[in-house]
Amino acid sequence: MIEALLLLAGLVAVFTTLSIVWILVTEALPFFRRVPLGDFLTDTMWTPLFAEPRYGILPLLAGTLVTTAVALTVAIPAGTIIAIHLSEFASRRLREVVKPALEMLGAVPTVVYGYFALAIVTPFLQKLIPGLPGFNMLSAGLVIGIMIVPYVASVSEDAMRAVPTHMREGSYAMGATRLQTALRVVVPGALSGMAAAYILGISRAVGETMVVAVAAGLQPNLTWDPTESAATITSFIVQVTLGDLPHDSIGYQSIFAAGLVLLIVTLAFNVAGFLLARRFREAY
Amino acid sequence: MLAASGGVVRRKRFDRLFVVLGMLVLIAALAVLLALFTDLVRQGAARLNPDFLTSFASRRPAQAGILAAWVGTSLIMLVTACVAVPVGVAAAIHLEEYAPKNWLTAIIEINVTNLAGVPSIIYGLLALGLFVYEFGLGQSILAAGLTLALLILPIVIVATREALRAVPRTIREAAYALGATRWEVTAHHVLPYSMGGVLTGMIIGLSRAIGETAPIITIGALSFIAFLPTPPFTGEFPFLSFAWLGDPFTAMPIQMFNWVSRPDPAFRVNAAAAGAILLGMTLLMNGLAIWLRHRLRKTFQW
Repeated sequence: MIEALLLLAGLVAVFTTLSIVWILVTEALPFFRRVPLGDFLTDTMWTPLFAEPRYGILPLLAGTLVTTAVALTVAIPAGTIIAIHLSEFASRRLREVVKPALEMLGAVPTVVYGYFALAIVTPFLQKLIPGLPGFNMLSAGLVIGIMIVPYVASVSEDAMRAVPTHMREGSYAMGATRLQTALRVVVPGALSGMAAAYILGISRAVGETMVVAVAAGLQPNLTWDPTESAATITSFIVQVTLGDLPHDSIGYQSIFAAGLVLLIVTLAFNVAGFLLARRFREAY
Repeated sequence: MLAASGGVVRRKRFDRLFVVLGMLVLIAALAVLLALFTDLVRQGAARLNPDFLTSFASRRPAQAGILAAWVGTSLIMLVTACVAVPVGVAAAIHLEEYAPKNWLTAIIEINVTNLAGVPSIIYGLLALGLFVYEFGLGQSILAAGLTLALLILPIVIVATREALRAVPRTIREAAYALGATRWEVTAHHVLPYSMGGVLTGMIIGLSRAIGETAPIITIGALSFIAFLPTPPFTGEFPFLSFAWLGDPFTAMPIQMFNWVSRPDPAFRVNAAAAGAILLGMTLLMNGLAIWLRHRLRKTFQW
């Protein structure tokens, strides 16, 4: 009896995954019955709520990729430096103070980060780049980058600490300094784990919603220029659900089609990250 | 090999440079947190007063408050905790103490890992399709609470599993030796010893849920509500009412998002004030969890 109940609780996770796939697919199907898949993947305009609707996912995908790329230019260097520092250089006491503080940085609600991007980072960037619009992907991307630094740092640090101490000692015995040991022994040894950290970071940045909804603008715009404003897959979903769409309208169905694309992209990254993480665990 | 051929002095200098660089990046990251919090408090200072907590949203920014928002958030958190904690702890007990090593267990484990990486807005779409329309719960507190419960389930499961795993095997074996059943071992020994870890996981999970905006926007939280849900306590028997579960709602992050996205700068002040309170709450909860974890590590040394 108790065993059955416990098993049932475990199965909730399986049911959740199945329901996610089921709901996204069944709600997106009527959309794809009206919009040919070819148009969806190649059309360069996304205007499902206009009088003459066009349904090309490319502008939303471009917005998502640009903000993600900007985020990574912050998160990967900063996260990696912090990880090397904490794993190879920092004293125990420093680590005990810094790790909880980083955890707090990762716990800030995303809508608060949205405010940070719009009210603090954008005005600051406007001083550096004259003519920068009030909504832009640069500011949103930078803030998402800060947001995922703790995540990238903590997963990379775990990977570095999994490198056995005797490898470091071997390196020191050869006369290498700490930095040389870190960069030439520890980092290569932890490489697949670090790659996993980066990929999981990408998946977070792709799925981030509130920062882009607040700070990047909501107008779909097929551009690779981060200083422009553009909508992402996630901010489009938010924009549509803020309004009151009838249940069986194509606008309603389009958010499930967009959600399906988002799920497929993040799932691909997550699986790749998971496989890499498993590989590094088996290495020693 | 290039650097290695240089002098020891030079190589040591690179070491020190990296330490400085590392500290700079760390300080920059933490300065962001500090700057963010002080800016929210400074910008929102004008509205951070008791009236702000006891007024409803309003078209006039100076009179608007977060009464409906914090009441809504509290009730949603109540639902989330009541669902996510029992289910999450039970699932963790199943995986750690009961599950045989077979394909079903492997599938459950893969799903838990995978769900932790699903973007929160996807949970919103799930809830919109499943809870709001299929189950007919509507845009209610119950639907929001269930959505956030699913969202934090992986966090609760992972934290509980770690806590259970930290209990040494000798404790279990001693209980078995005295004739306890598997459930008795779990309920009388393993679970009580891991309570601290479970509590930490619960607090971390709820602190995540409290700031989640995207999924509850997706299911249709309203941002302009000038009434409170039906009170849960009534004057007559049975003194408890669950009508509030079906009420429409707003929540702290929704209210803040609504104010941030308005062009009128006077609403920006309200957004900052709401943000300061929201951030204060999440930092407090995380601080509590960190302190708890730290204390547990000192109390329990197996």
